[in-house]
Amino acid sequence: MDRSLALLGLVGAGPTHGYDLKHRYDSVFGTARVMAFGQIYSTLGRMIRDGHIETLGQEPGAGPDRKRYQITATGREHLQRWLREPDVPSPQMQTNLFAKTVLALMLDDDADALLDTQRTALLGRMRQLTTDKANAPLLERLAIDHALFHIEADLRWIDMTSARLTDMKNEVSFHA
Amino acid sequence: MPDPIIAATGLHKSFGSTEALRGVDLTVERGEVLAVMGPSGSGKSTLIHCLAGVLAPDEGTVVMDGIDLTALNADARARVRLTRIGFVFQFGQLLPDLTAVDNVALPLLMASTARRRANVQAHEWLDRLGLADQAAKVPGTMSGGQAQRVAIARALVTSPAVLFADEPTGSLDSVSAENVLTAMLDVVRDVGTTVMLITHDARTAAYADREVIVRDGRLSGAHAGVAL
Ligand SMILES: Nc1ncnc2c1ncn2[C@@H]1O[C@H](COP(=O)(O)OP(=O)(O)OP(=O)(O)O)[C@@H](O)[C@H]1O
Ligand SMILES: [Mg+2]
Repeated sequence: MDRSLALLGLVGAGPTHGYDLKHRYDSVFGTARVMAFGQIYSTLGRMIRDGHIETLGQEPGAGPDRKRYQITATGREHLQRWLREPDVPSPQMQTNLFAKTVLALMLDDDADALLDTQRTALLGRMRQLTTDKANAPLLERLAIDHALFHIEADLRWIDMTSARLTDMKNEVSFHA
Repeated sequence: MPDPIIAATGLHKSFGSTEALRGVDLTVERGEVLAVMGPSGSGKSTLIHCLAGVLAPDEGTVVMDGIDLTALNADARARVRLTRIGFVFQFGQLLPDLTAVDNVALPLLMASTARRRANVQAHEWLDRLGLADQAAKVPGTMSGGQAQRVAIARALVTSPAVLFADEPTGSLDSVSAENVLTAMLDVVRDVGTTVMLITHDARTAAYADREVIVRDGRLSGAHAGVAL
């Protein structure tokens, strides 16, 4: 997720102080990792520089907390372009696991065991997420489901690959 | 203190020249929810059929809730199944002409429970699975998810020691599958029923306490035995 565009979207949902913005961010997107105040303010600074947001009548007192921010017309256009643009699936096809599997086969190492270890780890992670999901609010449950479906995709790849290891072995062998 | 409800050792089972089970040892703790995974044809259904006393293994022993199933003849095993074991399959297990409540009451009637008492208990179990308003319907007029929940109520109505579920949500979409599964697991965890849940689906398996993987009639290495 592009954190600065997510922040821009949250400002676009209604003018806000930096402090409130952090809480909006953390409650909606902070399941995995909350955003530090420092990063909120540096991102707000960049968005002002780019003309995507502006400050709204300064309230008395000093310090960044006193300012309210609102989205500009340019900012809204930028945001909408991002929202409407389809996300390309990750082109990162050659993951670490793919490389490890292929190399294990080339090196006559135990590729099956490697996949089993990975499978156990992924299932363990899924079990943890599923436990977390049980009492989580809806937004967080949806975020967890997203993670679960992606891990599931990795597991399906592992199943497919472990069923084809023998064929793969012939294909990656350098000494024909 | 470990308190196994199922202890299977050295299970072998062949169908003609097909060796469906080739030496399975498995211990399941009381109250555990265990996922059974593995490729199609690897022997998952054969394994739970042996553990449930539906099939007699060619070799090995199965002790279920203190009873050595492998020492019993087919009739004695059938009696054990009727009261100690519940089954849920992927679909098609309800009698189409009976209402939900009559379907659920059936195992009690077969175990000679009085009609009135069976009905009361059947209603209770439908209620527990969120189906109070479906009691008078026949299976053909229910959604797939509702029908599976009726099947679960029917499997649990005799308060079995172990529930064997073979792909119970395999024919449902993701949302209904999750609803059916969480309804089932809430109830069994509440009552303390042991569950063996066969599934191809990792998201389903993730609800279990532990998984075993069956491959070519054996449990795959790291997962066998009891979790520490
Ligand atoms: N009654 C039977 N007669 C002959 N062969 C059988 C019988 N039951 C199972 N088999 C064979 O035993 C092997 C294991 O079958 P089993 O049904 O246990 O697999 P499974 O893991 O449950 O597969 P699936 O995921 O497709 O349900 C398969 O080769 C199957 O063809
Ligand atoms: Mg099967």
